[in-house]
Amino acid sequence: MPAVVSHSVEETAAIGESLGKLLRPGDFIALAGDLGAGKTHFTQGVARGLGVSPDICVASPSYTLLNEYTGRIPLYHFDLYRLDGDGDIRDLGFDEYFSGRGVCVVEWADRLVSELPEEYLRIEFILTGDTERRMEISWNGSRYGKLTAELVRMHPAKA
Amino acid sequence: MRLLAIESSCDETSAAVVQDGTTLLSNIIASQEAAHAPFGGVVPEIASRKHLEVITPVIEQALAKASLSLDAVEGIAVTQGPGLAGSLLVGISAAKAIAYARGLPLVGIHHIEGHLFAVFLEKRVEFPFIALVVSGGHTHLYLVDGFGRYRVLGQTRDDAAGEAFDKVAKILGLPYPGGAVIDRLASKGDHTAVALPRPLLRDGSCNFSFSGLKTAVLQFVRKNPVPLEGGALHDLCASFQAAVVDVLVEKAKSALLETGITRLVVAGGVACNSAVRAGMSKLCGEIGVELSIPSPILCTDNAAMIAVPAEFYLKEGIRDGTEMDAKTVWPLDTVSERMKV
Repeated sequence: MPAVVSHSVEETAAIGESLGKLLRPGDFIALAGDLGAGKTHFTQGVARGLGVSPDICVASPSYTLLNEYTGRIPLYHFDLYRLDGDGDIRDLGFDEYFSGRGVCVVEWADRLVSELPEEYLRIEFILTGDTERRMEISWNGSRYGKLTAELVRMHPAKA
Repeated sequence: MRLLAIESSCDETSAAVVQDGTTLLSNIIASQEAAHAPFGGVVPEIASRKHLEVITPVIEQALAKASLSLDAVEGIAVTQGPGLAGSLLVGISAAKAIAYARGLPLVGIHHIEGHLFAVFLEKRVEFPFIALVVSGGHTHLYLVDGFGRYRVLGQTRDDAAGEAFDKVAKILGLPYPGGAVIDRLASKGDHTAVALPRPLLRDGSCNFSFSGLKTAVLQFVRKNPVPLEGGALHDLCASFQAAVVDVLVEKAKSALLETGITRLVVAGGVACNSAVRAGMSKLCGEIGVELSIPSPILCTDNAAMIAVPAEFYLKEGIRDGTEMDAKTVWPLDTVSERMKV
């Protein structure tokens, strides 16, 4: 499985920024991985890559569930952390965002089951050290295969 | 004015009757904590369904507790945002229906504006003051020049303080809601036992960061598995809580010294935490600042606090029509736009 490796919070954000620069409206990024693995920092980088002003704080949406940002393309930052159990996400109307004019980045995306769009990029964050994180990338849809290849090319694993 | 206020922006369904923005006649809060506990957090679908189930009885109870009928109500206040659309709309729809049927003035209030002024139900604080709002979704420092006049001095760059409490509780396998449990366990522990980071403590800004602290607790637990009971757990809770308090106190201090303002209001659910209250009290004693923290019942989400700014707006002739909609995204510093009307 293709992967990139980050050695710091800053590098995690830089990888996110690289991805953000490649995104276009309607793209869907599913993030998975434990607490403290870097999903929010990665999304902060994606926001910068999408042209969200550095003056804007991209904070965790764990409580709000959804934060929206204005950039080159709108960013919809979801966090399904609090959706343990069988909460019916369809009732929230989130699927209206999924095929919209912005980019969706969804933390704890594995809690989406039938609501997951047909094509998506999935990044799983794995804690491999105190500050080291391995991001394993999988996808559905050929566009996301190309995005993955580009991201891995930009951030090759250090020997 | 005698206002009926309604709040349903997150976990609590609440209705209150408040006289003149100062005298609390009733404040009914139906908590969804029991419904959410098995899930370790809020399930929004449950949240909106529960709000819908209890909104009418909660309003009826608020009127009954105040020994009033709707005939005695002179205006309606409701939380308009930010929050989950489904939850907000339950309160907004009830408020609009009552206002329309009774021909009463209606005004939508920003949820955080309510927290800023909750303490006014117990004491009047002169303007300007510095407000630290700490809850599950917010960790913000504001300069409050008056009703509707707010400036953000700093905010969390990642997790909110209350979120850090809840996530650390989850890492430690403690029950929901984690904040109160950590507070209780920490009181039995040694806060110097585990060295934990104080992110952004000396960066010169009024911003906060708690995500690194959460991760530090996670790394510590991975290396030193803590039994779910006993001294080691108490020490870790105490050490974590002390780190949060140190950061909150230091940032509040920066905001006060930087602006020269000598009044501090601390509000939001985390203001219930005993160590936060003690830390702020110590700080304000040392630097000669008047500290105001609402009673715990007014720190959590409640409708009475919404009536305080609503009284001001309605008196200024600022009101909303029945076309009012939920504002899921609503930066507090844009509230002032309504003042230019």
